[in-house]
Amino acid sequence: MTAPFLSIKNLGVTFTGGTRPVRAVNDVSLDIAEGEAVALIGESGSGKSVTMRAVMRLNPEKRSKLDGQILVGGRDVMGMNARQLSSFRGGEAAMIFQEPLLALDPVYSLGDQIVESIRRHETVSRDAARARALELFEQVRIPSAKSRLDNYPHEMSGGMRQRAMIALALACRPKLLLADEPTTALDATVQIQVLLLLRELQRELGLSILFVTHDIGAAIEVADRIAVMYAGQIVEQASARDLIRSPRHPYTLGLLKSRAHDAMVKGTKLDAIPGAPPDLANLPAGCPFAPRCFLADAGCKAGPIAMQDLGPGHQARCRRLDQTALQDVG
Amino acid sequence: MSTANAILTVRGLRKYFPIKGGILGRTVKNVHAVDGVNLEVFEGETLGVVGESGCGKSTTARLLMHLIEPDEGALYFDGKLVGSPELPLKDYRRQVQMVFQDSYSSLNPRLTIEDNIAFGAKVHGTPAREALERTHDLLNRVGLDPVRFAGRYPHELSGGQRQRVNIARALALRPRVIILDEAVSALDKSVEAQVLNLLADLKEEFGLTYVFISHDLNVVRFVSDRVMVMYLGQVAEIGDADALYADPLHPYSRALLSSMPSMDPDNRTMEPALTGDPPNPIDPPSGCRFHTRCPVVSPICSGAEPALTQRAAKHLVACHAHDPASGYSAPSPKEAAE
Repeated sequence: MTAPFLSIKNLGVTFTGGTRPVRAVNDVSLDIAEGEAVALIGESGSGKSVTMRAVMRLNPEKRSKLDGQILVGGRDVMGMNARQLSSFRGGEAAMIFQEPLLALDPVYSLGDQIVESIRRHETVSRDAARARALELFEQVRIPSAKSRLDNYPHEMSGGMRQRAMIALALACRPKLLLADEPTTALDATVQIQVLLLLRELQRELGLSILFVTHDIGAAIEVADRIAVMYAGQIVEQASARDLIRSPRHPYTLGLLKSRAHDAMVKGTKLDAIPGAPPDLANLPAGCPFAPRCFLADAGCKAGPIAMQDLGPGHQARCRRLDQTALQDVG
Repeated sequence: MSTANAILTVRGLRKYFPIKGGILGRTVKNVHAVDGVNLEVFEGETLGVVGESGCGKSTTARLLMHLIEPDEGALYFDGKLVGSPELPLKDYRRQVQMVFQDSYSSLNPRLTIEDNIAFGAKVHGTPAREALERTHDLLNRVGLDPVRFAGRYPHELSGGQRQRVNIARALALRPRVIILDEAVSALDKSVEAQVLNLLADLKEEFGLTYVFISHDLNVVRFVSDRVMVMYLGQVAEIGDADALYADPLHPYSRALLSSMPSMDPDNRTMEPALTGDPPNPIDPPSGCRFHTRCPVVSPICSGAEPALTQRAAKHLVACHAHDPASGYSAPSPKEAAE
């Protein structure tokens, strides 16, 4: 494997706007190789979207503090000035969002939005940009692409809008695609179409994808590797296969066990994780999951827990990993 | 589960939402939200309702609750017509309660938790003191300590806690049926499991009947005795949960179930079951509403509307392919799938 295309090292994000500083992301390190798809999963408030936004420097500059390092294609994102940032955004890295109706401009047609974006980054004629827009629409498999280019966002259905937003994101041939819950608002039969599209684009274009979701099922359909976040930290990361077959962090174990799945006998209880996630403005000193963990002892609550290596590409942030090897996910 | 008697019976339920247009503001089109739904909910069961957005599952819930008036159709509770002198609306609403998806907007932000819960009971004539006592019992029952929570306001609670309050409020009138409209969908997975367990406990303790609406097919299978699949305002299929998930008869149910992520990294989904989005319920397709996306469509499907007919034990489906007399000619869905 060559050097990772996206490399996040010890990233921390603190929001300072409120009465107390909120540590939303804490010591996150994550690498994505060229052409690799990595899913970041976690519950609301776990810091997955904030991590992704930090890669694009989209968190409010005045009310947040970044520390650590983010390299995209060897370039330091944190050191970029405004000018470098705006060519980086859309040029090298592009982002798609959960709600295309909010992310797209309602008063311009999709074709115009794509043309504008291409011409902002490259010196090409309107016609050439328009031809590329048509190509993009065909690439994301929008039926009757040519006439659809003149559509406004409200004239499209939800699934089609999401495809159009992906086309817009790909307009300047970025190498890194950041996808923030892109299928959460979609219906089941449409969600699977968009997930498969992302997978095809990854393969055809050699895209690196960072995919944020709360849905483990969606993550497995798209990602080569999965990182699980809890209270601002990555608690476990592994290949999709290892994470599902042999999860080691108690939180990952709990998440997989608490799911309702087909093998379940009717009338049995779900194996729920007790309690609720901690308040990010008032994090416990030790492992943030310790108050809900069935394995936690005094040592877990004493101080920060380091990431442990469990095998090739498999790491977990837990002191009691000797105990979790025996757990059965069922 | 007892399938002895239908607690709720719905006959020919229809609801169109008008779209006004033009200078005169006349109705130019209608959203066919719910179009001819017949259904029974049996005492003590959990009926799961699944379908995509726009299929009418939430409108059905609101019609069951009489939050909106149906254009057509009748609703019977325990065999009595709802809204008739025999069963006035107010008496009906005491028996049937609802929990909504958004736990925050469904509570009054300016009332404390205990006032929120006790409010309905007081309106229905329970003395204030008794209502308050019952509220504290219920708070205990849903896992919230009344000493800590009774005096708080909704914004001071987490989403999971607020949904527990909503469940307690629904129980305050001692109803027999609870309609859960995406009640766990907004919760995080680890909290969702807690609330699902709570719902199962309460059902047993109070002998409740649930109508459980959700887009999460895994959760619906887990909680439901029977499942109803809706498509564009109509019932496509209804049957025992296990039978329906193991062998869906309607091509739409089959597609919906195979759109679930595989959960197996070595065996990922290769081909989407359907292409495109569900059509707009403003001008639903003629005949069988699914014919525009159906993988096993036949000429008859665009012409005639299939009726919901029993095809196996307690298993009803609205599809021409399952009706030998319909003139359906394409290969049966079974063969096509193989």
